[in-house]
Amino acid sequence: MSEVTTVLAIETSCDETSVAVVRRYRDSGNDRLEVLSNIVSSQVEQHAEFGGVVPEVASRAHLEMLEPVLTSALSEAGVGRSDIDAVVATHGPGLIGALLIGVSEAKALALAWGVPYVGVNHMEGHLFATFLERPDLKPPLVVLLVSGGHTLIVHLEDLGRYRILGSTIDDAAGEAFDKVARYLGLGYPGGPLVDRLASTGDREAIRFPRGMMDEGLDFSFSGMKTAVINYVRANPDASDADLCAGFQEAVVDVLVTKTMRAAEQVGARGVCLGGGVAANSRLRERFAEEAERRDLDALIPDRAFCTDNAAMIGAAGLWRLDQEGGHDLDGGATPNLRLPELA
Amino acid sequence: MAERLAAVVADGDLIVLAGDLGAGKTCFTQGLGRGLQVADRITSPTFTIHSQYRGRLTLNHLDVYRIDQLEDTLDLDLPELLESGVTVIEWGEQIDPVLPDHLVVRIEFGDADDDRTLSFESSDPRWQERLAGMDGFGEGASC
Repeated sequence: MSEVTTVLAIETSCDETSVAVVRRYRDSGNDRLEVLSNIVSSQVEQHAEFGGVVPEVASRAHLEMLEPVLTSALSEAGVGRSDIDAVVATHGPGLIGALLIGVSEAKALALAWGVPYVGVNHMEGHLFATFLERPDLKPPLVVLLVSGGHTLIVHLEDLGRYRILGSTIDDAAGEAFDKVARYLGLGYPGGPLVDRLASTGDREAIRFPRGMMDEGLDFSFSGMKTAVINYVRANPDASDADLCAGFQEAVVDVLVTKTMRAAEQVGARGVCLGGGVAANSRLRERFAEEAERRDLDALIPDRAFCTDNAAMIGAAGLWRLDQEGGHDLDGGATPNLRLPELA
Repeated sequence: MAERLAAVVADGDLIVLAGDLGAGKTCFTQGLGRGLQVADRITSPTFTIHSQYRGRLTLNHLDVYRIDQLEDTLDLDLPELLESGVTVIEWGEQIDPVLPDHLVVRIEFGDADDDRTLSFESSDPRWQERLAGMDGFGEGASC
C-alpha cells in the first residue's frame, strides 16, 4: 500500500498565473510523482470564459486569472479540498505585488482547509521540473537553467544542496532572444518566434560572436544581441531567417559548451535543462548530442515543465514539506530570494 | 562617465535611461554601480523588472520595458523606492507622467559600432547645478 500525498501548487512570480495538483506515491522509499493537473493562464486565455486576458507581469492580471485557473486545476484533477494535504506557493524571487497574490491565496486556503502551507523558491522549482518525470534521478547533476530572467549553471550535489557554477554578467539568454525578436519586429514572446524562423534559415550564413566562450562558466549575451543589431544596421537586407539561425546557433553554442565544461569539472553523472529557453528546439537537440558524446545522462523535461508552471512548484513543495514541515503563515514574499547555496 | 555621475548622486535621486535596444543602458548602470561601490554583479532587470543592490548608497535598478499600462507602475511602489537610495529606470521615458523630478540620460548610437553619444537633460535645477559642475567627460569607457 503506497503512501499518497497530494499538494495544490500556485505560481504567480512571473508572467504566468499557474495552478497545479501534484500527487506523490511512496512505496518503500521509492517515489512516483503524478501531475493531476497543471493549468497555465496563457493556455486558457483563448477561452471566452476568461475574457481573453493576456497574461502579463502585473499583479492586476494575476488577480484576475487566479480564481478561474484555480477552479480549472481542481476540476481537471478531479480532487476536492479534502484530498489536499498541503498548499504550496512560489514566495520568490519576483515582483512583490505578483508574488503576494499567490502567497496570500495559498495561505488563506491552507488556513481554511487546516493543512500546511509551504513557500517555494521559483528557481528551486525549475530544478525540480526534471524530477516530475524522473523521480528516480540521482545527483550529482549539472543543471542549465535558462529563462528570460536567469541564466545559471547549477551544480546539484544533492537535493537542496546547490552551488551556482556560472551565471550571466549582463542579459539572460531568454532576454537576448526576446530583444532580438523585438528588434527584428517578430513580436512577443520572442523565443518561440526566433526558434521557428531559425528552422528555415541557414545557421552557417552569418557567424555571430560567442560571448566569453573561452572564459570560465559565466555568460555574456548583451554583446551578442548588440552584434545582431550592428549587423542589421550594416546589412539592412539581411534575411531574418538567417539572422535568427545564426544568432540562435551562437547562443546555443555557448550554453551547451559551458554546461558540458561544468559537468566535466565537477564529475556530474548527468546534465539537465530547465527554464523557458529549454523549450528551444536547437538547444534541446545540441544538448542531447553533446551529452551523449560525453556519455552523460541528458535530462530534458517536457516543454510544458520547462516554461513557468505550478507543477514544478508542487514537486519542490513536496520535497520541502518532507524536510521542513509546513511553513509559518506569517511568512511573506521575498522579491530578491536567492537559490539556497552551499556555504 | 557613469562612475563620474556616481560621485554626485544622492539619496532619493531618480535617473531615467533612454536609448534603443543595445545602446548600453545596463552597461551605464553597471558603471554607476561601480562608482557606488556595489560589489554584486549588476545584470539586466528586463524580466525581473526590479533589482536592488547595496553600495555606498542603495541602488534600485528597474526596467519598465515590459510594463505597458501606466496603472501597472503602481506595482513598483515608486514612492517607497524613492525614499532612499538611487533609483535608475531603464525605458523610464515610457512612464514619464508618473515620475517625479529626475535626470534623463539619453544614449544614442554613433557611426561606428561601438560609438555612443550621451546627453543629460533635466528640468530640475538641482540636477542642472550638479551637471554644470561635471563637464569634461572622458572617452574610451567600456563595460
